[in-house]
Amino acid sequence: MHYDLNREQISGDVYTNRFAQGQSEDTLILNMGPQHPSTHGVLRVILELDGEYILRAEPVLGYLHRMHEAMAENRTYLQYMPNMGRVDYVHALGWNWAYVGAVERLGGIEVPRRAEFIRVITCELNRIASHLLWWGTYLLDLGAFTPIMYAFEDRERILDILQSVSGSRLTYSFFRPGGVAFDLTDDFLAEVRSFIPHLRKRLPMYRVLVTDNIILRHRCEKVGELPLEMCRRYGATGPVLRGSGLVHDVRRAEPYGVYPELAFEIPSEATCDAMGRYLVRMAELEQCLNILEQALAEIPAGEHLVKGAPKPRWKAPAGETYFATEGARGKIGVHLVSDGSATPYRCKLRSPSFSNLSLFAELASGILLSDAVSILGSLDLVIPEIDR
Amino acid sequence: MLKIIFTEDFIRIILAAVSVMAFVGANGLVLVYMERKLAGHIQRRPGPYEVGWHGLLQPFADAGKLVGKQLFMPDGVDALLYWLAPLVSFLWVLVLFIPIPFSPSLTAYDMDLGLVLILAFAGINLLALCMAGWGSNNKWSLLGAARAVAQSVAYEIPLLLAVLAVAFASGSLNLSTVVQYQGGWPWQWNVITQPLAFVVYFICAVAETNRAPFDLPEAESELTAGFHTEYSGMAFGLFFLAEYAKMIVVCALATALFLGGWKGPLFSGVWWFLAKMYLLLFVMIWIRWTYPRVRFDQLLNINWKWLLPISLANLMATALFVKIF
Repeated sequence: MHYDLNREQISGDVYTNRFAQGQSEDTLILNMGPQHPSTHGVLRVILELDGEYILRAEPVLGYLHRMHEAMAENRTYLQYMPNMGRVDYVHALGWNWAYVGAVERLGGIEVPRRAEFIRVITCELNRIASHLLWWGTYLLDLGAFTPIMYAFEDRERILDILQSVSGSRLTYSFFRPGGVAFDLTDDFLAEVRSFIPHLRKRLPMYRVLVTDNIILRHRCEKVGELPLEMCRRYGATGPVLRGSGLVHDVRRAEPYGVYPELAFEIPSEATCDAMGRYLVRMAELEQCLNILEQALAEIPAGEHLVKGAPKPRWKAPAGETYFATEGARGKIGVHLVSDGSATPYRCKLRSPSFSNLSLFAELASGILLSDAVSILGSLDLVIPEIDR
Repeated sequence: MLKIIFTEDFIRIILAAVSVMAFVGANGLVLVYMERKLAGHIQRRPGPYEVGWHGLLQPFADAGKLVGKQLFMPDGVDALLYWLAPLVSFLWVLVLFIPIPFSPSLTAYDMDLGLVLILAFAGINLLALCMAGWGSNNKWSLLGAARAVAQSVAYEIPLLLAVLAVAFASGSLNLSTVVQYQGGWPWQWNVITQPLAFVVYFICAVAETNRAPFDLPEAESELTAGFHTEYSGMAFGLFFLAEYAKMIVVCALATALFLGGWKGPLFSGVWWFLAKMYLLLFVMIWIRWTYPRVRFDQLLNINWKWLLPISLANLMATALFVKIF
């Protein structure tokens, strides 16, 4: 079957045309994405290639834009909750927390102590799931097919655990201003208690099987070197920033919830390369388990939702507020402005992937195509979060 | 007149070509099943399970699906090259099976230059990848083809040198003679006298067949699908079958050259050949589902900086040894 498309009429879209200006003749303009196996979703990067080397790169956004910020202006404070699970579906509870934190700060709502612990437990479980997903897909980008199956085996258990309390497996809408939607059962706590030693046993296996592999080391070390100064310029946060040697974590820098009471380390690597970011995330898995253990030991009895928590037609007092949490990808920020009505006047979402992606263009000039794939993976981008 | 055309050799070759076709087809089906099942077990899942008992009919379902798909030709392709590439990729493989000695009586055509024939025809596959990459009018395909050329050219040299070392030691390019030169027990095989050549050969074989961790021409997370990005249906199926056929050839060659061919400690025969061949195929599949992919410059570095000097030194040492004793 031969489809006769008139080639003269096709001259590329606005981005390609803008990008194509001023190129030399023997280079290749290549569209990586929006449907490409290693851009994880619908990220599009326009590349100018000289052989296998990238001369210029330009990310094109907007293929998954769902107007989350505009939707906030048309919904009541509580109705907006489900959107939070869909901004970054891989670490949905980080966004849940950032939003309810902002609403609580705006309305001056107290959170019961038990709810704070429930938030820590579920959020850290979600972080582990997120890192495991990143680990699997990153190795898939590097051409190793098997690790993702191992990662999913563990992630599946977390999803089952979280499903039992929140009802959903991916796009959680579990937190509420003033607490959480449902209380944790004893079954849930027992499941988490048995999961911690299980993952502790698996992590050394991951290290032996994958992290110490010489091919992986060569694909990650000295690839995508990202000096701290550059991280600062682009506002990179999370494991990307910690992989460049700065010990910065919102859970410590701008403490929230009960994190100040919990003892955990903030892993960081000074190598600044993809391997540094890899090792930071792997170390974070262990720290998540430490946090979980302490939270499980200290969780008090009590209410999971404060009495008089906001109802759907709740009106926030006029004013503005900002609340930040540490997501699996970096600093999640929610800026809420209220004019005293039942819907927010403005809701600004600060997503870590957006800043982390913006440094890719500078990082990608002069490297191999294979390294670009490795770098994109090591930034751990979730595309819906970039587009919001 | 008929007697001149239908000589014994001619009939033998025709029969051989038909049986090789059947052999490649049958083993292709076995390998598809084996690869999927092994991949499943390596990844802690059962693999194909639904079609037939333990998924045994899965390869037929796969083949049926591929045959049933639409043969799509994108706009702006070089039609001749585009359609010729899968055929060229697959058909040459049949020639490669002709000198392979499965057992003393089961050799399609026992020729003195059997090894040379295989090495010569092994290069034609590269042409198919080039045609597919260039003819597809797709930038990813083009990049894949460019990678394939550099990779194949680089890895053919140490492969040749490793094979030559064995030929030197056995004093023949006839594969049956090389097998006869070895004994039935494992310590009488060439792999013991030529361990370096075997290692170099096996690494090169993995690279020549474009299998992971050296599957750069079709690296799907980088080049979507590399040279066969635009192919659909049985055109893709032929590339697929050619890859498996190539795997069988390199493993069969390794069996004949290094692992004593059809000879075994007991009951020498074709089953020993097939068992050794499938052991090597198992290792290749195992490697594929275990390791990440190397980068392109690293791939060439492994070849030029390590494999080539090692195989060259090995060849020199072998030549010296043969000359002295």
